[in-house]
Amino acid sequence: MNVGILALQGDVREHSEILRRIGVRPVEVRLPKHLAAVDRLIIPGGESTAIGRLLTLYDLIAPLRARAGRDLAIWGTCAGAILLARTVLDMKQGGQPGLEVMDITVRRNAYGSQLDSFELPLNMPVLGDEPLPGVFIRAPQIESVGPTVRVLARLPSGAVVAAQQGRMMATTFHPELTSDDRVHRYFLEL
Amino acid sequence: MEKSTWTTKVGLAQMLKGGVIMDVVTVEQARIAEEAGAVAVMALERVPADIRAQGGVARMSDPELIAAIKAAVTIPVMAKARIGHFVEAQVIEVLGIDYIDESEVLTPADEEYHINKHKFTIPFVCGCRNLGEALRRLAEGAAMLRTKGEAGTGNVVEAVRHFRTVQGDIRRLQSMDEDELFTAAKNLQAPYELVKQVAASGRLPVVNFAAGGIATPADAALMMQLGVDGVFVGSGIFKSGNPMQRARAIVEATTHYRDAEIIARVSKGLGEAMVGINIDQIPAEQLMAKRGW
Repeated sequence: MNVGILALQGDVREHSEILRRIGVRPVEVRLPKHLAAVDRLIIPGGESTAIGRLLTLYDLIAPLRARAGRDLAIWGTCAGAILLARTVLDMKQGGQPGLEVMDITVRRNAYGSQLDSFELPLNMPVLGDEPLPGVFIRAPQIESVGPTVRVLARLPSGAVVAAQQGRMMATTFHPELTSDDRVHRYFLEL
Repeated sequence: MEKSTWTTKVGLAQMLKGGVIMDVVTVEQARIAEEAGAVAVMALERVPADIRAQGGVARMSDPELIAAIKAAVTIPVMAKARIGHFVEAQVIEVLGIDYIDESEVLTPADEEYHINKHKFTIPFVCGCRNLGEALRRLAEGAAMLRTKGEAGTGNVVEAVRHFRTVQGDIRRLQSMDEDELFTAAKNLQAPYELVKQVAASGRLPVVNFAAGGIATPADAALMMQLGVDGVFVGSGIFKSGNPMQRARAIVEATTHYRDAEIIARVSKGLGEAMVGINIDQIPAEQLMAKRGW
């Protein structure tokens, strides 16, 4: 198993540290040749507009579209969830590039500015009964999911914050900013 | 649900890592920055090079300008308050933007006390020239740091000096035994608990960007290779000949900071860089980095 972290921009080190703690040594993916060497990929939190632009410039969109969910298990956190989504709402003016591989609709900055960033324990049944610490930073929200997408977690309001479609997973929060490694372990089994 | 926790304040800075934060003075510049791949913009009335050239008292920007820039982009927006001017900070906070920079680029409002940043729900970034200054700002509640450099000069030498100083200070702490750390804290004029934490982890407890003098893609990559988490570019972009192309090039060089072939390619044909200033030609009282303590 070769795990990569997309390292164009964002909280790469936080994901890397959690993976190392559970015995996985990830590689940083910036170019197509790095991507070719991995069979699992995490897209970290960051700015979806900046990461999307660099994905396009460095010819990563086509190989990612061809492999995501097939021979490449893929997980996007926050900005990563936006980049995986088939449909993105509240894009920057003029639109922004994404992978459009997962059958979800995601709204950017759904809760407001940084002043509305929040923490909340989450119930994620696939990880057991113990609540998961949820950290939401200028977070997006999954507004709707397609028929083959499984909802993994919701807020008390009903808003979807984690979803899975086969070997693709999106979370709008940041497990990598906590000491709970269960979502990372779940992804490694995907 | 808990809002504006320490984790979310520090966390936004963690999301900006590996990116470029650009100074902008108009809505058009903010759009160019977002289009070029900036991870955030700093909304200002004048870039540091103009503040330096025009002189006078530099204050918080017009709230109308900050609000217009916030409305124009989807990436995080930051704005500067004067050192110690907690009412400017209160005003910026109610505008609902994402970060406040308590900045030496503006004229200090208090020559003894910085803002008590714990009292705010909006996170703060502050400048530092050495580890003691960095840890004092953290004690006051800063959630992100930037090494100061010398803003508005297009000269990277002070940015390098300040970051190397912070790194050297950290390495010295790592070599000390437990008994020595008490005196180290006294000498650094920093809280013992933070000193102990840095000695154990070997790094600052929050994200640290470089600022003050970055003007080229190679400057940005230099700071990244030295070990900063990302870069602020102030006058360097919009005081140059071709801002869009230079902004894009600095973004690419920041991502691919170890790849000299990419840095060479994006550095080609960028047109004129901003005119730089040699630090020893600036009168001592006009050095911005000396503001704050």
